[in-house]
Amino acid sequence: MITLRSVRKSYGDEVRIGPLNIEIPKAGITSLIGPNGAGKSTTLLMIGRLLNMDEGQIRVANMDVARSRSNDIAKILTILRQENHFITRLTVRQLVGFGRFPYSRGRLTKEDEAIISKYIGFFELTDLEHRFLDELSGGQRQRAYVAMVLCQETEYVLLDEPLNNLDIARSVQMMEHLRRAANELGRTILMVLHDINFAARYSDRICAMKNGQIAAFGTVEDIMKPDLLSDIFETKIEIIKGPYGKIAVY
Amino acid sequence: MSTLDIGLATNASGSLRARTTGAFRTRRDERRYWMLLILFIGVGLLATLGLILYKNPVPVDSPSFIPVVKRRLTAVVAMFIAALCHSFSTVAFQSVTSNRIITPSLLGYESLYSFIQTSVLFFFGAAALVKFTGTGAFFLQVALMIALSLILFGWLLSGKYGNLHLMLLIGIIIGAGLNAVSGFMRRVLSPSEFDLLQARLIGSVNNADAEYFPIVIPLVLVTVLCLYLLSRKLNVLSLGKDVSTAFGVNYQANIILVLVLIAVLMSVSTTLVGPMTFFGFLVALLSYQAAPTYDHRYVLPMAFAIGFCMLTTAYLLLYHVFRAQTVVSVIIELFGGIAFLIVILRKRSL
Repeated sequence: MITLRSVRKSYGDEVRIGPLNIEIPKAGITSLIGPNGAGKSTTLLMIGRLLNMDEGQIRVANMDVARSRSNDIAKILTILRQENHFITRLTVRQLVGFGRFPYSRGRLTKEDEAIISKYIGFFELTDLEHRFLDELSGGQRQRAYVAMVLCQETEYVLLDEPLNNLDIARSVQMMEHLRRAANELGRTILMVLHDINFAARYSDRICAMKNGQIAAFGTVEDIMKPDLLSDIFETKIEIIKGPYGKIAVY
Repeated sequence: MSTLDIGLATNASGSLRARTTGAFRTRRDERRYWMLLILFIGVGLLATLGLILYKNPVPVDSPSFIPVVKRRLTAVVAMFIAALCHSFSTVAFQSVTSNRIITPSLLGYESLYSFIQTSVLFFFGAAALVKFTGTGAFFLQVALMIALSLILFGWLLSGKYGNLHLMLLIGIIIGAGLNAVSGFMRRVLSPSEFDLLQARLIGSVNNADAEYFPIVIPLVLVTVLCLYLLSRKLNVLSLGKDVSTAFGVNYQANIILVLVLIAVLMSVSTTLVGPMTFFGFLVALLSYQAAPTYDHRYVLPMAFAIGFCMLTTAYLLLYHVFRAQTVVSVIIELFGGIAFLIVILRKRSL
């Protein structure tokens, strides 16, 4: 469970985020949606301890994110942002292997190697595992990074816009992988998404934010309502029934 | 879980070889690495022998051999130290800043060095500059440089706006400011004084004084060892702040630690042999080509081997073979500068 209690963060006088109070249950995929500047990424980064909050408390699996040892948190929670420096002369397998760092401190054991192989297979990167990162397409590189954070084998996985810059096929493929990670590996995934329809199709829960506040939190059924979404995005949004569930039309 | 296991089984049977995560992509890369490392060390050692023995009028078994080669030995030890300092500090610096076109010289060590030298001459005269050597002056300069960098790191990295790039920018501005002030002071010097100063401001291993070695050598070796032991952390730090933090590495503390080690190496080297702006850059650039891996445990020794080989060979050729007493660092800067431009222009290989 991820628990936020009166979490606040302000950027100058204009932009204020919070107070945020929310309990995100364990297991499944939760998507954070909302207009630009709503505070989605900020919230995600604060949970992932990449950004300090001004006030409040965040607990993940009963650990205080701001006060626990970073290395202990790294065994229960991981976070991936959309932009990453990439190093030259780093192969996919070496990158995924970095995910074992919290456990092995860079000295990979036999068990680590087996785990690395497992996640490379899981993300269908086996044929590419000895390619350098700069020899991959954007979608493949994104998959390699996600494989790296899953290889960390943390219960909680936070992803900041994992579909950024991916085409439709790559986006669907990424979401299928994440869905399987949630179902088969029992991971709790929390991610920021821009596309409501991707969120509706693949998430268990949706948390909608607006103006630094949590506007709504619930199952996909609860959130996919025309009035609610129109209000959050300040755009006329209709909901129609599609073959895979509800679709937002705007 | 069952579907996952089936997927793995087919993958495993598809490629029966043991799948491991080495530092190199292929065995061939690894073999090439070791061959190049041995080659560079070998050439470096040969050049060292050449530097000591070539055109040495005294035979090796003569009792006066040791005193005669003492001056040459001093130069060789200075090359060893300069190569060690520049290679390790530049590679580590480029990794923690995730930028392969900068060198730690940007933090203003060389400007501070030339500022100190110029102001001694400007305020106290030529006699004072000639006397401004010895352990006291040496450690005063090293201490000043380390202090400058500690202030920079402490102020700019630990604050609320802790930002590596802001720190670099301020370092460059401080360097430019110091250069401007020393440039102004140099303008009012007499030509003979200027000549005296100029010899100090161009890096040369012949500037080195064996008097400092008993303290400098252990200091440099311990610092280098610390950096080498941090290799695995450097690998993670080069992935950037966010990824390092996600892996539970305390980014801020580790960056400051690495920068302090770099500051020690750069200060010692600059004070010992003078400024060598592009040397570290050139060495780092070549070592990335010769060591096709991200792993600092392999890149760092390669960088040192290349640096040592480059310095000894260059001095041997220029001093003893071509009899051109041109200052070697001018040549190294020339090649370094050209390599720098090539890298900038071919941005793909950054």
